[in-house]
Amino acid sequence: MVIELRQFHQTFFDESLEGLANMESSLLRLESHPDSNALDVREMLNAIFRVVHSIKGGSGTFGFGWIADFSHLLEGLLDDLREGRRTPDKPILDLLLRSVDCLRSLLDAARTNGTVDKRPVEEVTLALEDLRRTSAEGEPLETTEKVIVSATGWRIVFRPTAGIFRSGNDPLRIMRELKRLGEMKVRCDFQALPAWREFDPESCYLGWTIELQGDISRPAIDEVFAWVIDDALLEISPIAASVKVAQGEASAEASTGGVKLHGTSLRIATHKVDTLMDVVGELVITHTMLRQTATHFTSEDLPQLFAGLSLLERNVRELQESVMSIRLLPISFMFSRLPRLVRDIGEQLGKRVELRLGGEQTELDKTVIERISDPILHMVRNSLDHGIESPEERRAAGKPEMGYIRLEAKQKGGNVIIEIEDDGRGLPYDKILERAMSTGAVAPNTRLTPEQLNEIIFLPGISTSESVTDLSGRGVGLDVVRNNVRGLGGNVEVSSRPGHGTRFVMRLPLTLAILDGLGLQVGAQTYILPLVSITESVRLGLEDIQRLPGGGEVFAMRKDYLPLVRLHHIFGIKPRSEDVSQGTVVVIEADGSRAGLFVDEILGQQQVVIKSLETHYRRIDGIAAATILGDGTVALILDAGGLIRLAHVNANPPVAVYDTTATDSASGTTLH
Amino acid sequence: MHTMTAAIAEKTSASGAEPLYLAFSLNNQDYAVPITQVQEIREWSRVTPLPNSPHYIKGVLNLRGTIVPIIDMRLRFQLVEKDYDAFTVIVVVNVRDRLAGLVVDTVSDVLRVGPDERCTMSEFEGQANRPFIEGLAQVDGQLLILLDVQRLVNPEDLATVAGSS
Repeated sequence: MVIELRQFHQTFFDESLEGLANMESSLLRLESHPDSNALDVREMLNAIFRVVHSIKGGSGTFGFGWIADFSHLLEGLLDDLREGRRTPDKPILDLLLRSVDCLRSLLDAARTNGTVDKRPVEEVTLALEDLRRTSAEGEPLETTEKVIVSATGWRIVFRPTAGIFRSGNDPLRIMRELKRLGEMKVRCDFQALPAWREFDPESCYLGWTIELQGDISRPAIDEVFAWVIDDALLEISPIAASVKVAQGEASAEASTGGVKLHGTSLRIATHKVDTLMDVVGELVITHTMLRQTATHFTSEDLPQLFAGLSLLERNVRELQESVMSIRLLPISFMFSRLPRLVRDIGEQLGKRVELRLGGEQTELDKTVIERISDPILHMVRNSLDHGIESPEERRAAGKPEMGYIRLEAKQKGGNVIIEIEDDGRGLPYDKILERAMSTGAVAPNTRLTPEQLNEIIFLPGISTSESVTDLSGRGVGLDVVRNNVRGLGGNVEVSSRPGHGTRFVMRLPLTLAILDGLGLQVGAQTYILPLVSITESVRLGLEDIQRLPGGGEVFAMRKDYLPLVRLHHIFGIKPRSEDVSQGTVVVIEADGSRAGLFVDEILGQQQVVIKSLETHYRRIDGIAAATILGDGTVALILDAGGLIRLAHVNANPPVAVYDTTATDSASGTTLH
Repeated sequence: MHTMTAAIAEKTSASGAEPLYLAFSLNNQDYAVPITQVQEIREWSRVTPLPNSPHYIKGVLNLRGTIVPIIDMRLRFQLVEKDYDAFTVIVVVNVRDRLAGLVVDTVSDVLRVGPDERCTMSEFEGQANRPFIEGLAQVDGQLLILLDVQRLVNPEDLATVAGSS
């Protein structure tokens, strides 16, 4: 039976990485709660052992020798811990966490056929080997093993369960490996063979009694059987005496369920697929009904036709919703990376930080989660580095030594809000302003409102720290964070109280694929403006418009004066009329600034499917994406923030708060 | 368009290692692109113009749900502009999964261009379209300019020209 093993690779990597993530969180829990009761500790260690054990088995089967060797070494240490021969103290947990990193990078390299940074792996390997050697000295259990090693041979009774082939194991391979160890005599037991008619070719009915002669160590034999102990009845005894070996751990690996996030595969909860199937079923029924109506259509069938159409509309909406829900993942997939990060960096900086997570089950589009991961990591790193003070400093300021970073996600309408808050020292506004003035982003001696001050830190080249550390402040700043978030159609804002902490609020769309928009007509063109960026629409007369000396136009909106953006002007198209009183002004808002967008006509609200322009072309300022209208033509979706920035370039802005040129280069969109 | 497609099918089915090119004309000059990079040929249809883009980007077209930029080849090569007529077609090219539509006067033939047909080209100054020309060929006595399609639809090139124009 030849099986193409490659097809199982992805599953192996998925499961291994998932296992490693669980292992990591267990290790962190062991570390942060050293006083947990012994039973829990044992259970966690068992779970960790099983993870490493299955990685070892899988990597051996698929021929990833290095991973197998490494996990074998790791397994030894874990076995010692599990059996109580060692205690999981801090240095050991550190080593185990580093091993997780090594395994992860080895797995990644194996998956992508890439290379791996050998040094950390070699370091950890050496450390593990050292531990192994020290444990051998004076440990009673190791000495008994040494006694057994001197036995003249071994008798092995190997009786696989019927399903052993299904787990990818092959007794023949085991025999071949045993044969390499020494002289082998095998007796086959075929009593369990059923009658021919009941014979299932995929089941194993045979058992073997094997006698191995020679100076063979017990662990060497154990290793051969390491992958099958869960699938077989196994007795290994020295030929002289008879020692029964305990059965292997029951491999009741707890299934975590749900979806996960690496590579391009997606694990989907079964109930979501069931719902999808139901909806498709209804869609088929509706189609049949409409078809029947249409076949012998008379004017009397009109009500039925409309009923069918509205049913179809409902089906399509449900279908859309359930397909969307498949792409939605809980944000815990992203949050789960944070405990380790906070621990490592906190330790490195000598800071005591508690991480508080909330709303981890909030669901977001897979793409959104992938694209906000780095910005969130960046902001958490920032908080650790610049926000949270050292324990001494905190004590002096009358704050508890242990600081906190709080992340919370929640759904609000069509948006997901993610808050990142710390109780650190807050933003150094005076330094930020000084920096902004020295780079020329803000004109000297400008008086800024608190909102404008909070906007400044998102400008390129403004660091919130005085010193550059190896963690942050390397020039990759909050401007990149904001650009990433904006690229997703969201926004990020900051507020801060000196001495009390900083809070970032990130607003993200639930999904990237569908958008609620307002159709706008300018000349012969139709544009879609996202509803979220519209505050209201007004009709103006010529007398409402004031011309500014710099060339811009403004109009009064209650207490504020807003710039007027003529869409036809910045897009270079011919409008129906230049006269403001002949069209409509839509007030748009983005990034804390507002403007009036002058268009010929508002066409009405509609849902559109977002199509990327960048797949085959490139990004255009003021355009977020494209969509396809009911008649098959393409309409462009406007980007309110981009339009406001464009308007500022076209008419000299009174206060240059925004660096408009930098947004394009830093937006991080790839053109390849 | 049917005769065209039939011609392509007939020529491509003929055996031979020498690559096939789709020839089209612009301002009475013949150009050609490798047929392996041609996805389809469409009649001209109205496109949605893109703001802040180079003048030769006529706009974008909905190609069965994909948004494809349309490049007017006359404008791209700084030739005289000409009104679109019944012969105007869009050659949709596909290079490494990037799509673009090239507006040309008319498509003329599918030709086999082997080493024998290839001619050398002496370089001279000020040839603005040189980057897009992969080589020259002579087939049945007529000069054929072979285009580098990848270069033609490269978005970075599109962007840089946009900045300078």
